[in-house]
Amino acid sequence: MTQAALLLTMKVNGDPVEVAAPAHWTLLEVLRYKLDLIGSKQGCDKGDCGACTVQIDGVPALACLTLAIQAEGRSVTTVEGLSLGQGPGRVHPLLDAFDRYDAAQCGFCTPGILMAAESLVRERRAPVTRDEAAAALAGNLCRCTGYTKILDAVVDASEQILANVAKGGAGEPSTSEGEVSDAR
Amino acid sequence: MPGEDRDRDWQIGKVHRKVDAMERMRGITRYTDDLKLPGMLHAKILRSPHPHAKILSIDTSAAEAMPGVFGVVTGQDFRIPYGIIPWTPDENALAVDKVCHVGDGVACVAAVDEDTAIAAIAAIKVEYEELRAFYDPEEALANRDRELTINPYARKGNLSKHVVLEFGDVEGSLEGADLVVAGDYFFEGTTHGAIEPHCAVAQVEPNGILTVWSATQVSHYLHRELSKVLEIPPHQIRVIQPPLGGAFGGKSEPFDLEFCVAKLALVCGRPVKLLYTREEVFYSHRGRHPMKMKYRTGFTKEGKITGVSAKTILDGGAYSSFGLVTTYYSGQLLCAPYDFGSYRFESTRAYTNKPACGPKRGHGSVQPRFAIEIQLDKAAVALGIDPIELRRRNDIGSDSVTVNEFRVGSNGFQECLTRVETASGWQERRPSLPYGQGLGVAGSTYISGTNYPIYPNEMPQAAVQICLDRSGRARVFSGANDIGQGSNTMLAVIVSEELGLPLDDIRVLSADTDLCPVDLGAYSSRITLMVGNACLNAAQKLRRKVCEAVAKRWEIPRKRVVLAKRMALDLENPERNVSSAEAFAWAEADNGLLGEVGSYNTPKDRHGDYRGGTIGASPAYSFTAHLAEVDVDPETGLVDVKTIWVAHDCGKALSKRIVEGQIEGSTYMGFGEALMEQHIVDPEHRGVHTGPNLLDYRMPTFLDTPTIDAMIVEAADANGPYGAKEAGEGPLHSSIPAIANAIYDAVGIRLDTLPFSPPKVLAAIEERQRRVEAGELPPHKAERTARRSA
Repeated sequence: MTQAALLLTMKVNGDPVEVAAPAHWTLLEVLRYKLDLIGSKQGCDKGDCGACTVQIDGVPALACLTLAIQAEGRSVTTVEGLSLGQGPGRVHPLLDAFDRYDAAQCGFCTPGILMAAESLVRERRAPVTRDEAAAALAGNLCRCTGYTKILDAVVDASEQILANVAKGGAGEPSTSEGEVSDAR
Repeated sequence: MPGEDRDRDWQIGKVHRKVDAMERMRGITRYTDDLKLPGMLHAKILRSPHPHAKILSIDTSAAEAMPGVFGVVTGQDFRIPYGIIPWTPDENALAVDKVCHVGDGVACVAAVDEDTAIAAIAAIKVEYEELRAFYDPEEALANRDRELTINPYARKGNLSKHVVLEFGDVEGSLEGADLVVAGDYFFEGTTHGAIEPHCAVAQVEPNGILTVWSATQVSHYLHRELSKVLEIPPHQIRVIQPPLGGAFGGKSEPFDLEFCVAKLALVCGRPVKLLYTREEVFYSHRGRHPMKMKYRTGFTKEGKITGVSAKTILDGGAYSSFGLVTTYYSGQLLCAPYDFGSYRFESTRAYTNKPACGPKRGHGSVQPRFAIEIQLDKAAVALGIDPIELRRRNDIGSDSVTVNEFRVGSNGFQECLTRVETASGWQERRPSLPYGQGLGVAGSTYISGTNYPIYPNEMPQAAVQICLDRSGRARVFSGANDIGQGSNTMLAVIVSEELGLPLDDIRVLSADTDLCPVDLGAYSSRITLMVGNACLNAAQKLRRKVCEAVAKRWEIPRKRVVLAKRMALDLENPERNVSSAEAFAWAEADNGLLGEVGSYNTPKDRHGDYRGGTIGASPAYSFTAHLAEVDVDPETGLVDVKTIWVAHDCGKALSKRIVEGQIEGSTYMGFGEALMEQHIVDPEHRGVHTGPNLLDYRMPTFLDTPTIDAMIVEAADANGPYGAKEAGEGPLHSSIPAIANAIYDAVGIRLDTLPFSPPKVLAAIEERQRRVEAGELPPHKAERTARRSA
């Protein structure tokens, strides 16, 4: 079906992007189908599950409920953006903590949860508490974990980021080896 | 037990990073919907708006004429029926002559994009003749009008399966009992709710090879059914399961979309993808059967169970799915962890005009577990025995035989009870909790795979191939489906343990029917025990070869060579060592390319000698105890589950944190079923689902979910790899009755119908209050006299 296409200009994971897409397309469709950024997932396509969560100008947003045109001229960060410029042994403290705590089982909801969690743990003065994390992530469904290990990981990552800042770093990325390093 | 001759644990039971988690988290892993092929078309299925109707005609001409439409198929293209259970092939990829529930597939279009496909299915004209629909299983069973037989493949009316089994003299044991507890229970149906919707992609190559990528947990069965329905020999079909976004039983049989994309790829000569909408996932269902259960249980005054009588009606929906097995499981899996002298069950599964029910985590046994554990709690109250003590007194123990003749090996149930009792402070706290607060306990058991495969054959139930290369790495080929439970990591841990390699040096290739040995799939909690054993078998053969080669060069006995930490070491002189790469090179020089296969088959001496006696028999059984703490608000009926303590006997935790995650996830899922979840269609709205989306179908969020304290108990089993049993399904069962029993402890009401929604709880509290005021019941824990008198 031919539809009027719009030419959109936005920043995606720091890079300027120009992309043509039908006017009714959502940001999720543009990310997944046009830019091949498949990290953002479609779980329900109606804003119920949170698997498509990205950040627009640093604020979590549901890409399936955001028309692509609404992101015009703005800065979009997807889960792929958390891993950019990070070489061997250097990984975002959230990803590292999720890995150590086995906070991702099937991993389908994880990109969305990471994007919601990143905005929570960023630029904190005190570590995130479990209750804060649960409230901030209540819009993201996970069907595998029972949420326990995700909360463990978010709290741990928050502490890790603050410790990195205290050491004079930018807070991320970290080189945390964690308690499982012996078993690797 | 298998794995016993190993030298030491350097990986088993440790905490591991999963072999594939980082890729999934970084957004690199391609799940099925992330696949993109050149020229790929998108397909959509036209679905029935009627719960029960004959198809008089289908006119697809307008759709076919639309620009951008490449192909249309209907039920006439899929006349061969299939079914996951070979004895009940009672569904077609698309409806042939009639539709049996709202959402039944009728036609499928492949088009240049989804929008065009959606417009095209809207242009298909279907003429229906509506028939009376049945929503109640008992009404459906009473129907004798052949015209109203829901499923055309049903042999007799709307009966799907009927099982009666009796062991010992039940009526006599009930008559002789000091106490008989009778109860009626209803378990509302629930669904899986995996966050990834079903998706499939198909492509045909010029040589005729059909490749189907599908979000399935049973690639082998899908392979077989595709071959049958499409009449293409298996060697011309390749099924690949890309990484999966959750399943829980909801992807454990073929679905319409897989046949449709395959057929359309053949018709159109282009790759075809079909992604279910969330609504389609709900209508495809195959979730937990609603069960209406009538239980009578006899007890001595010491609390010993004398006999159990159970009568169960299963609401099957429109197709059999796994229903034959579900019907057996509803009775067969009840016979542990408690010992009882006699047992009779009668289970009847009916077809109804609803989305078909099937297996959901804890297949067929979560519902009866709900009933029996409340029966036990009622008996404990009536007899004045501590509910944990009553369960202890009935423990069947290890190396025992159940009333239905299943052999139980290891059994850690007593320890499970003790762990939750201690952790919760049960003894000290329970007597002093005020009205509105309560603690409740329940126990359960589950199978670690079934002793017999779905289709009868003599071949192994699991097989694994491992290759080593001279750079010091291992490749593991396994047909097993990693559905997020971590089975790929489980295999890597075993190879790591046996061959001394870190997990990073092991690559697991799984669930590709061209590259991997056959595995039956991820269901009935079979993978760790069965595929783990096959993997251990192959890895040990390779270890012997490598150790032999090293021993020969060092001129020491083979037993002295240890493989660990990317090295081969001399046990008596650890200073002497070589790298894994060098050790593998020596072994390759001695033996040629290093590769071994391992197989596993189940023991055939652990089931009952009667018709149906193999169904539910397993090589090993897991055991679980749940203890829930609740806070019930008598003003609103809101149940706040504060904490669930859960202890699970998994035999041996091969990877500690993954096992904890399974226990937590199972417990969470049971919690959701207890309080929130209902998969129902509305007869008042002609069989339409009441809320086929993730907002109206209420799954617990971060804020709803209680604190879950997961404890691992290890009663190693002789049949499991390193003693391991299952952990993925057992820890769901008793979560639900533990909450029910805690609600009783809090406010003195028995909720025998799920879920425990506020209106239901409030009505029961008010009814109790009325009876207290009428002098029919004593107050429960100084029942909120404050509220009423204030």
